[in-house]
Amino acid sequence: MGGRKPRLPIPEEELLAPGHRACAGCGSALCVRLCLKALGKNTIVVTSTGCIEVTTTPYPETAWKVPWIHVAFENAAAVASGVERALKALGKDDVTVAVFAGDGGTVDIGFQALSGMVERGHNVVYICYDNEAYMNTGVQRSGATPPYAATTTTPAGKVWRGEMRPKKDVPRIMVDHGVPYVATACVSFPQDLIKKVKKAKKVDGPAYVHVLCPCPPGWGYDSSETIEIGELAVETGMWVLYEVEDGEFRLTYRPKERKPVEEYLKRQKRFQHLTEDEIEEIQRMVDEQWEELEKLAEK
Amino acid sequence: MSESEVRVINGNYAAAEAVRLVDVDVIAAYPITPQTPVVEYLSEFIANGELDAEFIHVESEHSAISAVIGASATGVRVFTATASQGLALMHEVLFIASGMRLPIVMAVANRALSAPINIWCDHSDAMAQRDACWIQLYCESNQEILDTIIQAYRIAEHEDVLLPVMVCFDGFTLSHTLEPVEIPPKEKVQEFVGEFEPTHCRLDPEEPMTLGPVGGPDCYMEFKKMQDEAMKEAERVIGEVNREFADEFGRSYGNGLVEEYNTEDADYIVIAMGSVCGTVKHVIDEERPDVGLIRVKSYRPFPGEQIAEIIQDREGVVTIDRAHSYGAMPPLWTDVKAHAPDVEISSTIAGLGGRDIRPEDVLKAIEVAEKGKGTDEPVWINVNA
Ligand SMILES: Cc1ncc(C[n+]2csc(CCOP(=O)(O)OP(=O)(O)O)c2C)c(N)n1
Ligand SMILES: [Mg+2]
Repeated sequence: MGGRKPRLPIPEEELLAPGHRACAGCGSALCVRLCLKALGKNTIVVTSTGCIEVTTTPYPETAWKVPWIHVAFENAAAVASGVERALKALGKDDVTVAVFAGDGGTVDIGFQALSGMVERGHNVVYICYDNEAYMNTGVQRSGATPPYAATTTTPAGKVWRGEMRPKKDVPRIMVDHGVPYVATACVSFPQDLIKKVKKAKKVDGPAYVHVLCPCPPGWGYDSSETIEIGELAVETGMWVLYEVEDGEFRLTYRPKERKPVEEYLKRQKRFQHLTEDEIEEIQRMVDEQWEELEKLAEK
Repeated sequence: MSESEVRVINGNYAAAEAVRLVDVDVIAAYPITPQTPVVEYLSEFIANGELDAEFIHVESEHSAISAVIGASATGVRVFTATASQGLALMHEVLFIASGMRLPIVMAVANRALSAPINIWCDHSDAMAQRDACWIQLYCESNQEILDTIIQAYRIAEHEDVLLPVMVCFDGFTLSHTLEPVEIPPKEKVQEFVGEFEPTHCRLDPEEPMTLGPVGGPDCYMEFKKMQDEAMKEAERVIGEVNREFADEFGRSYGNGLVEEYNTEDADYIVIAMGSVCGTVKHVIDEERPDVGLIRVKSYRPFPGEQIAEIIQDREGVVTIDRAHSYGAMPPLWTDVKAHAPDVEISSTIAGLGGRDIRPEDVLKAIEVAEKGKGTDEPVWINVNA
């Protein structure tokens, strides 16, 4: 153990059964599995259309050991609002309502419903499993696709260099909505993720947890490398782990020494086309973002 | 038990009042003319403690229908209301509500669809949702709105049906027009609708269920066939509920599916839906005793066989549609014709976007049937060339 902090034990009970049809090494399925451990049995789950919904519920089978509902792509937050109010009408105040929605179902098409849900203050744990594209339909860009990533709708060519817009910062938008608990996480840091989901569950009101979930086929790396890729995202500062409790920002993990972004980018096919200049530009963007976060953390 | 009370109210109030009497648990709705007052009345009821329900102030109709799906699946009675663009915005989710077999009740204050934007009545909004597998019931009076919403919960929740119900009433003509309405005592309505006991669909950690899964080519058609069978069952159940309602409250609407007016010895038959039927009845009473009316109350399920039987051996038959299927024949005509291919049926289109359908317009429609016109192309009534 040599001076290391004792780790938070991961609850053993599995609420996502094996045998679902997600790819080997699916970061999103791992995210759901870990989050369910934190949420516990007494939870009702709403899922948006996307990889998780499609791979876990091929009728008549299901991987869900908790009550689960899927309605459409863009309305998970609205469905969850209805579930939560129905529980209130029934006087059941001990049941947690949780959403698992992809980045597309959250930052793009589902954004209005999410904004409405948190503005109304529903007591829902909203978890965005972010694999940075529309994976279920075959890797098309979303508002959460990072700059320069090649997807099937932002291919890298002579004119286009992959995605050309910054990643939409929905956690920050959630903070600006006054959401009492907002956190980012990554499946490669399971203790941190579980701790945050447990906190989110305790909040009386909406909580938003945005989880980076590497995707072997979508990002282009071997399915055995999911955890490593996620670690690199965090160690390079491409993905930052933090939480905002009642508006108070806190970095929950600070890499001892940030690794160059190249180490992260070079490992994935979606960034294979990058020139040295482009990698440098990404490094600059990450450095700037990190500086800003440091300032925030000092406040 | 307290007594019924007659009050002079508009159609929107009648809808809200029915929801109060049924004592719905969760309401999610978004305002749109001419439905807006329903949302406001319900808000007032809740604000004043006259209705103990959760009201979700959703940010769109898409979220309204989504939220009531979530609530209904959790095991409570729900209500929503909309019209026109709002109903169109719900389109995608309507199919999911029926596919999940949730007994949702929705009021629709019928209004034209844009463009050009138009807030007045026609049936284009509901007709565009014809194939969403929702039961569609059309009302002729404010009393009927109140009575039909109460009945709708019984129909939707019936174990042989389990389908959502749209209760449609004409925007402004009913929604904003005052009529005397008999309001039954709440206890009596409560007794009539009974407790809601969800069976097949319930989100409960005690007994986890997976709702809304993926259904591939191996099972999708079976699910859809079951929905169609439920629609057929609904035809019977609507009739039963109509009769039972008559026993309890002393009012009925034809056989619940169609209402016949002066059809027995009529040479000509007009087939129509909604508030225009009052005008048709007036024309029959005042000027045309040789004409009868079939008022289609249930458009889905469509009582086609009954209608086909009634229209046999007449001098002429004409439909009045308040909607159109552009480049084809209008919806009501098409449905009737499908069940009576051997009967010559004339088609008219009237009252789009709130154009008045006056007694003289009804006479024009009858004239179309007399002349045997409009059988292969609809005749537009009261439209400038
Ligand atoms: C209204 C609507 N538009 C488009 C689609 C097609 N569609 C299904 S899933 C999906 C992408 C899902 O992306 P995301 O939310 O990121 O989840 P992921 O599949 O990546 O897990 C799309 C575009 C749909 N089902 N509904
Ligand atoms: Mg995605």
